[in-house]
Amino acid sequence: MTEANPYGEFETAWCPGCGNFAIRKAMVAALTALGLPPHKVVFSTGIGQAAKAPHYIRANLLNGLHGRSLPAATGIKLANPELAVFAESGDGCSYGEGGNHFLAAIRRNIDLTYVVHDNQIYGLTKGQASPTTPKGQITKTQPHGAPSEAFNPVAVAVAMGAGFVARGFAGEVEHLAELVAAAARHPGFSLVDVLQPCVSFNKVNTYAWYRQRCYVLGDDHDPTNREAALARAFEWGERIPLGVLWRSDRPAFGPMAAGPLAVREPDRKTLSGILAGYA
Amino acid sequence: MARSSVNVVIGGEAGQGLVTIGEFLARALTRAGYAVCVTQDYMSRIRGGHNTFAVRVDPVAVSAPGETIDLLVALSADTLDILRRDLSPRALVLADAAVGLGGLPGLAVPYKTLCPKALYENVAALGVAGALLCLDPDILSGLVAEKFATKGEEVVAANRDVLAAAMDWAKGQGANFACLAPPTLGPGRLMLHGNEAIALGALAAGVNFSSFYPMTPGTSVIQTLIDHADAMGVTVEQAEDEIAAVVMAVGASYAGARPLVSTSGGGFALMTEGVSLSGMLETPVTIVVAQRPGPATGLPTRTEQADLDLVLHAGHGEFPRAIFAPGDVAQCFHLAHRAVDTAERFQSPVFVLTDQFLADSYRDVAPFDLAALPAVARPLTTVDDPAGYVRYAVTDSGVSPRLLPGFTEATVVLDSDEHTEDGHITEDLAVRVAMQDKRMRKLAGLTAAALPPELIGRAEDATLLACWGSTLGAALEAAERLRQAGQPACVLHFSQVYPLVGEAFLPILAKARRTVMVEGNYTGQLANLIRRETGYVFDARVARYDGLPFTANFMVSKLAEATA
Repeated sequence: MTEANPYGEFETAWCPGCGNFAIRKAMVAALTALGLPPHKVVFSTGIGQAAKAPHYIRANLLNGLHGRSLPAATGIKLANPELAVFAESGDGCSYGEGGNHFLAAIRRNIDLTYVVHDNQIYGLTKGQASPTTPKGQITKTQPHGAPSEAFNPVAVAVAMGAGFVARGFAGEVEHLAELVAAAARHPGFSLVDVLQPCVSFNKVNTYAWYRQRCYVLGDDHDPTNREAALARAFEWGERIPLGVLWRSDRPAFGPMAAGPLAVREPDRKTLSGILAGYA
Repeated sequence: MARSSVNVVIGGEAGQGLVTIGEFLARALTRAGYAVCVTQDYMSRIRGGHNTFAVRVDPVAVSAPGETIDLLVALSADTLDILRRDLSPRALVLADAAVGLGGLPGLAVPYKTLCPKALYENVAALGVAGALLCLDPDILSGLVAEKFATKGEEVVAANRDVLAAAMDWAKGQGANFACLAPPTLGPGRLMLHGNEAIALGALAAGVNFSSFYPMTPGTSVIQTLIDHADAMGVTVEQAEDEIAAVVMAVGASYAGARPLVSTSGGGFALMTEGVSLSGMLETPVTIVVAQRPGPATGLPTRTEQADLDLVLHAGHGEFPRAIFAPGDVAQCFHLAHRAVDTAERFQSPVFVLTDQFLADSYRDVAPFDLAALPAVARPLTTVDDPAGYVRYAVTDSGVSPRLLPGFTEATVVLDSDEHTEDGHITEDLAVRVAMQDKRMRKLAGLTAAALPPELIGRAEDATLLACWGSTLGAALEAAERLRQAGQPACVLHFSQVYPLVGEAFLPILAKARRTVMVEGNYTGQLANLIRRETGYVFDARVARYDGLPFTANFMVSKLAEATA
C-alpha cells in the first residue's frame, strides 16, 4: 500500500496517541476515494496542532493565520473554482478566533469542505478552555471551571441551514473517511466536526469517554428533516450521534468565475470604452 | 472683464441633490475644456446636516481647493448662514425665491415657476449657474439627455425644457456676474475622482479580484470596480469583516487572482495581521488606504494624512513593502497600476495611500494611454520540473519563482510559520536566518525601483515646500503665490513615501534656502521618517489636522510662523 501513496509519508509534530493521526488517515482515505490527485487539492488551515495536519499530506497548502482558514479558503475557491478546497483546523481556531468567518461561510455556502478537529481544548497553547469545552470543566486557566456555555457547532450550522453538517469521531476512521468524502462531494459549504481526544490536556473527553457514548446514525435518521437534524444536533452527554446530521439542496454560492482568474487577460478594449465613459 | 479662476459652491442638506448638480456642472465644465478641482465636504449622515460640493474652475489649470466662494448655489436656508462669511467680495448667491437671499447680492430663483415639479429644481439650478458662467447650452443639454436617457424621452424632454427655461431666465436677469474666460484645454478630457482613478488604474493592471468591507472613504474604489465588474470580469465579494477581506485577497492571490483591497484607517487596523501574512507567504496584495482623521472613528468623512506611520509599520515582524502616495487624480491611476505591478514583481504587500479629499476630488485629466502602460509581472502556470518545484527557492534577488497551484503536477505549499524552501513548517534556526535574509533582500529591489520625489520649480535659494500625497496641489499654488510675491519657491513632492532613497533628494534639499515639510497630520510623519532614514531635519513644518484639505492660503499664512 505505502509504495504508491501519492499523498506521502511525513514525520509529525504531534503527541503520541493524538487523535490527529487518525484524522490524517481518514483524510488520505477520503482523497483517495474521491480520486483527487494531490495537485488538484488545496488545504487552507489556521494555527494549532490540527492546522498542521496538511503538512503531513502531499497537496497544495496555505497554512495561514489563527482563525482564518475559511477566508483564505474562500479566496482560493473564488480565484480558481476548479480546485478542490478543504479548510482544516481545530475547535479554538474554527469556532473561537474564526467564529465570524464560520457564520459567514455557512451563509455564503461556497463549495468547500470544512474539517474541524474538535478536541474541546486548546492543545498547542497547553490546555486552556476552547469554545467547545463543557461549562464547568476545570482547566489550567479556568481553575474554577470553564465559565461559559459550550458552543454547539453542529446545532448552529443546522439552525442556519448549512449545506451539509456531519459529525465524525477520530476513533472511527473508515466512517470518518466516508463522511469527509460525502462532504467534499456536496456542492456548497460542508462541515465535518470531528470529535477527537487530546491525550495531553483533555483528561475528560478521552477515547474511552467517546467510545462509550458515540453511535452511528442509522437509516432511520432523515438528514433532510430539519427538526430531526436539530434534535440529533442537540443530543449530547450519554449518547452522541455520528454521521450526516443534516443535508440541504440549497444552491451553492454563485455564479462563480468560469475558470481560473489567473488565465484572464486584461481586456484593454473594454477598458478603453469604460474610460471614454468618464469624459 | 472675463473671469479666470472661479469657485462655485453648492450647499445644502444631505439628500437634496447637491452632488448631482455639482457632478453635472463639473462634467459640463470639463467637456467645455476647463480645468476643474472638486472638494466635497460632507457630514457622516444620510439626510440633513449641511454639506458642500465645491467646483473650482479655471481656463488653464487648477490644482487645489479655493477658500472663498464666487458663486454660491444655496439649496437650503442654512446654507446662507453657514457660508455667508466665505463669500468673496464679488460673490453672487443663487437661492430659492421662496426662501430669499437674506440680504446678500444674488438672484432669487423662482423655482416654482421654472419647474413643473420640485423634482426638476436641481436641473433648474444647474441651468442658472451654467448661464452665469456662460457655459455652452448644448453641452449642458447633452449631459441632461445622457443622464436621464434610461428614464425615457419624456423625462429627457421635460428636463431639457426646464434647463432651457432656467438659462433664459438667468440671462434675462442681467446679473452682475462676468463670464468665465474661454477654456484653453482641448476636448476629450476625462472627469474622475481619485478613487475612480485608482480603481481604473488597477483594472488597467489586470486586477480581477476584490474582497472588501465597506468603510468611508475607501469604499468608492470598490464601488468603481463593481460598476465595471461584469464588463471586465472582476470577482468581488463583500467580506464579513476587514480581517476576512484581506485574508481572502491573500488566498485568492495564492490561487492566481490579482487582488485589490480598499479600506480606511480603522478597517486597515484590523487588516494588519493579513499584511504580515502577505509578507510571510510572499503572496502579492495591493491595499488602498484612504485616510480620514482618527484616532478611532475620528471624523469619518473628513480628510487627513495621519496613517503613514500605521501603514509603514502595519503587521508584526519585519518584511519588505512599498507605499505610494498619489498627488492628484492622474497619479492615482498610474500609481495604482504601478502598485499592482510592484506587488506582483516583489511578491509583497504594496500600498496606495490616499485620503478623503483626493478620494472625492473630481479633476479633469487627459485620457490615459493604455497601450503605453508597462506590462505587469505575472506568476507562473508552467514549470520545467514539477516534482522538484519549491515555492521559496533561495535566490539572489530574494524573489522566488511563484507557481500557481493546480496548473501543473507540482504542489505549492505556503506557510505562515517559518518554512523551508518547499514551504513546510520548520524550527531550524539556520533556515530561519536564510529565509529572513531572502525575504528582506527584496527590499533592495523595491528600493532600486522606488520613485524619487519630483521637484517642481528651482530649488536654488528657494523656499522648498516638501509634501506627499494630495497636498501636492495646494503646495504648487502656494509656491506660485510666493513667486508672485518675489520669493523664490519650489515644491518637492513624494509620490512614493517608502522605501526612500536619500541620494535622490538630499542634494535638492541642500540647495534650498529654507525647507518646509507640509503635511496633513500633527506629528510630521514623513518629516520624521525622512529624519529616521537619512538624518535630514527640515527647517520648519506646517501641519493641518482640522479635517479639511490644505489650501494655498492656509499654507502661505502658516509659513511665516512655521518652525521645526
